[in-house]
Amino acid sequence: MSSLETAANPENLRRVAIDPVSRVEGHGKVTILLDDKNRVHQVRLHIVEFRGFEKFIQGRPYWEVPVMVQRLCGICPVSHHLAASKALDAIVGAKHLTPTAEKMRRLMHYGQILQSHALHFFHLCSPDLLFGFDSEVSKRNIVGVAEKYPETARRGILLRKYGQEVIRHTAGKRIHGTGSVPGGVNKSLSILERDELLKDIYQMVAWSREAVHMVKELHHKNPELYNSFGAFRANYMSIVGFDGSLDLYHGRLRARDENGTMLFDGVDYRNYTQLIEEEVKNWSYMKFPYLKSLGREKGWYRVGPMSRIQNCDFIPTPLAEIERREFIAYGGIMPMHAPLGYHWARMIEMLHAAEMIKDLLHDDDIIGKELVVTGERGFEGVGVIEAPRGTLIHHYRVDENDLVTMCNLIVSTTHNNQAMNEAVRRVAQQYLHGHEITEGLLNHIEVAVRAFDPCLSCATHALGKMPLEVEVLDEAGERLSFLSRTGDGVLG
Amino acid sequence: MVAPVLVFAIGNESRGDDALGPALLRKLGVWLNSAEWKSMQSSAVQFELLEDFQLQIEHVMDMQDRKLVLFIDAGMDTPAPFSFYRVEASDEPVLYSHALAPEALIKVYEQFHRQPAPDAYVLCIRGEGFELGESLSPPAQTRLSSALEFTVQLLLEAETAAWDKLCTNE
Repeated sequence: MSSLETAANPENLRRVAIDPVSRVEGHGKVTILLDDKNRVHQVRLHIVEFRGFEKFIQGRPYWEVPVMVQRLCGICPVSHHLAASKALDAIVGAKHLTPTAEKMRRLMHYGQILQSHALHFFHLCSPDLLFGFDSEVSKRNIVGVAEKYPETARRGILLRKYGQEVIRHTAGKRIHGTGSVPGGVNKSLSILERDELLKDIYQMVAWSREAVHMVKELHHKNPELYNSFGAFRANYMSIVGFDGSLDLYHGRLRARDENGTMLFDGVDYRNYTQLIEEEVKNWSYMKFPYLKSLGREKGWYRVGPMSRIQNCDFIPTPLAEIERREFIAYGGIMPMHAPLGYHWARMIEMLHAAEMIKDLLHDDDIIGKELVVTGERGFEGVGVIEAPRGTLIHHYRVDENDLVTMCNLIVSTTHNNQAMNEAVRRVAQQYLHGHEITEGLLNHIEVAVRAFDPCLSCATHALGKMPLEVEVLDEAGERLSFLSRTGDGVLG
Repeated sequence: MVAPVLVFAIGNESRGDDALGPALLRKLGVWLNSAEWKSMQSSAVQFELLEDFQLQIEHVMDMQDRKLVLFIDAGMDTPAPFSFYRVEASDEPVLYSHALAPEALIKVYEQFHRQPAPDAYVLCIRGEGFELGESLSPPAQTRLSSALEFTVQLLLEAETAAWDKLCTNE
């Protein structure tokens, strides 16, 4: 863990706050304590996470939960929908879903992965990667990309739209879908729906492959930046398929240390509480999970695309597997740890998702009619899924009256809490240490955070929110300088 | 053929007054199916009602081939009960989250479709609280009623010139 978490004498230092971090869902705030020579002494990423999920769910009938949890997050509602359904399968005693139900859920999930990864790369990160981290701020956004790289922006929009259409056909609606239910699904694809999705899937596979090549080229062109920017070493965890494959829907928990050595493998995710503990720190609302076996100091870990791509033994779709091998070879004998590697890994997963959608659309089970199974009633269930941003855990207990009595969620961004803090500290050391603070330099911090694609479970978007403020204070707490970006983009 | 007028509500029904947009859309859906509306409507203008949590880049495809687009949203600093204004493509939109502002969406539309965007307006209803699990606040419920009346007025005369006259930021 970095020594920059807590400064020795914070009262003598000035404070810079980036509040909130832009192009990150929800609210994030970075505070940096500097001395009079602009040397960095303390860096913290504060996540203003709302910890009311569990209370929100308790007392509700369990069958409402898969629909209700979608409202927790406007960015990855489908992931919550599916993780809740998986957990509640145990309540209705569904030990094995029908082939149609499992494949429909997978299709929905891969639609979600495709649209989420497309949005993140083309909309949120390509401005930084294509224009530079300290390029002109007014152009460093999707509109700037659309102006200078219209084909790139167009593909981003169409990939995203395609993923949304997969979700619409599998979940039944554009939002608040009801497709997945405890014990299975409530619809399969009609032949018409399947054929409509089949029309464009080959184009989506091709574009996804080109997106991998695009980000790979960025790494090859500027290895010095991409290999070192915010780089830190960490353990990593994900679920992998029962055969060691990349499986984003179901499998067993696997974790490796910073050298890639296995820490545990094949663990039933229903036993997650035996593996993971969550630490509370007095300066952050968001908890800090760690692996119990390694303890608080050494047990923190990373989740998400870069962890998954390096944790699995292979990817079961051919084009993505070729790309995975190249990614692994690029890293050499050690795992890749640089945060910008997330973008490359994310695009490999997008390609895998497109290939999986293509395969599933050619599988007749997807138009089958056996939708739901039930069995012996249960009272506790755990569902884990690899959401776009990483491992997502849903855990419920239900009473005899079908009401939820306990709910515990660990979302991907929480798993990555310590890792994001580490990335921000490295960037602060690399780029801010001893320099005057500028917008471009502050964006370097944000680039490091954005690489993880944190989603802070916030679907509130009311107009007028989300200013960006940077404040520099002297030792006495007096404001020395101030920089802000308002909701309409004006720098002041 | 797509309906010439798109009414697009933005918001999360589980986050207090963020539900204002979707709530208004529900009421509008009922109203558009009522005998009263059918008796009042002089022309057979078609409307499509859509909603989402946030505006995203792919919504430029929902706007295609429309004559008018009305975004209904909740706002924190909006004058009560609501503001109504025309959206202009912004030359310098800055994006702060996964979501887009209407002004940025219009700009992306123009660059994606390589044609001017349909005339677009925002009806932004003032909200008070946006916390998870909260229901609509009493002031928001009152504003919802007046916003419905206003929206019906808009739909009765779904023309740019008529909507321009109703803008509240003159």
